[in-house]
Amino acid sequence: MAFSDEQLERYSRHIILKEIGVRGQKKLLNAKVLIIGAGGLGAPAAMYLAAAGVGTIGIADADEVDLSNLQRQIIHATDDVGKPKVESAKETMNKMNPDVTVKTYHEFVSSENILDLIKDYDFIIDGTDNFPAKFLINDACVMAKKPFSHAGIIRFKGQLMTYVPGEGPCYRCVFKNPPPKDAVPTCKQAGVIGAMGGVIGSLQAMEAIKYITGVGELLTGSLLTFDAIKMNFHKVKLPKADCNCAVCGTHPTITKLIDYEQAECDGI
Amino acid sequence: MKITVSGEVKEVKDELTIAELIELENVETPQYVSVSVNDEFAKSEDFKTQKLHEGDIVEFLYFMGGGQ
Repeated sequence: MAFSDEQLERYSRHIILKEIGVRGQKKLLNAKVLIIGAGGLGAPAAMYLAAAGVGTIGIADADEVDLSNLQRQIIHATDDVGKPKVESAKETMNKMNPDVTVKTYHEFVSSENILDLIKDYDFIIDGTDNFPAKFLINDACVMAKKPFSHAGIIRFKGQLMTYVPGEGPCYRCVFKNPPPKDAVPTCKQAGVIGAMGGVIGSLQAMEAIKYITGVGELLTGSLLTFDAIKMNFHKVKLPKADCNCAVCGTHPTITKLIDYEQAECDGI
Repeated sequence: MKITVSGEVKEVKDELTIAELIELENVETPQYVSVSVNDEFAKSEDFKTQKLHEGDIVEFLYFMGGGQ
């Protein structure tokens, strides 16, 4: 595949980087990334990946754009209220970069569809807002041997970690089971500063780009936390993958995907 | 004794348990926090009995569910 003059110009700031170059940019154009959740995290992640020229971007979300989303979900605009988020996200990405093929999945992820959704993708971004979905994405990615970026945001805090099969702990090694419903505050109950989605979602896009191009160190075996009040990033070294982990351990007890029942944090 | 908690060095009493540290640090939703001591997960059933030692590195790992 040869670059057109327009592509050489569009991606010139990537191509000039010795770590990326023409080779890395080609890898990005050939890569497929699935973003689950077109919200606070998914919006900036999708936009940076589209701008970067990730050739195929899948986006899954069952919700429609609500006015209360617009404080942070920057891929959607005021005119988009009422429209499926995946459609609004697709329109924005198409406008940003015609090199990108956007695939939309206007549905909730569940144990029924997730393995089918992730199977064609190289990297998955968890931009969901609830623990059942976060555990489902982890378990499905462990079972299907897919790398993914986990993240969470609330109030003035955010965190993320990256799972790569065989290279470190999974989300369930750290957090064994979802907390009971309403035990841990949600964004709707507790609030979230809009720019936090931008910080953490952009870091998720960064992890995807680094994974695809093979540049640098990923957050495998680490959890990066960000406290905007103290303006402090803290990288927590995680214990090694837990060989007793229920899903990624040597003798997994979870061999079928689980649809945990729990109220959602409120995507809307 | 001195221990490192979430990256900050703190002076605490000798033989402090993990449960006491959780209380001292005002951890939100303490029943759902994961704790690592020197890069090993502590078991939640041991929080009340597991004592910390000089130089230990303690990290609290919190559930964070938001994203939309």
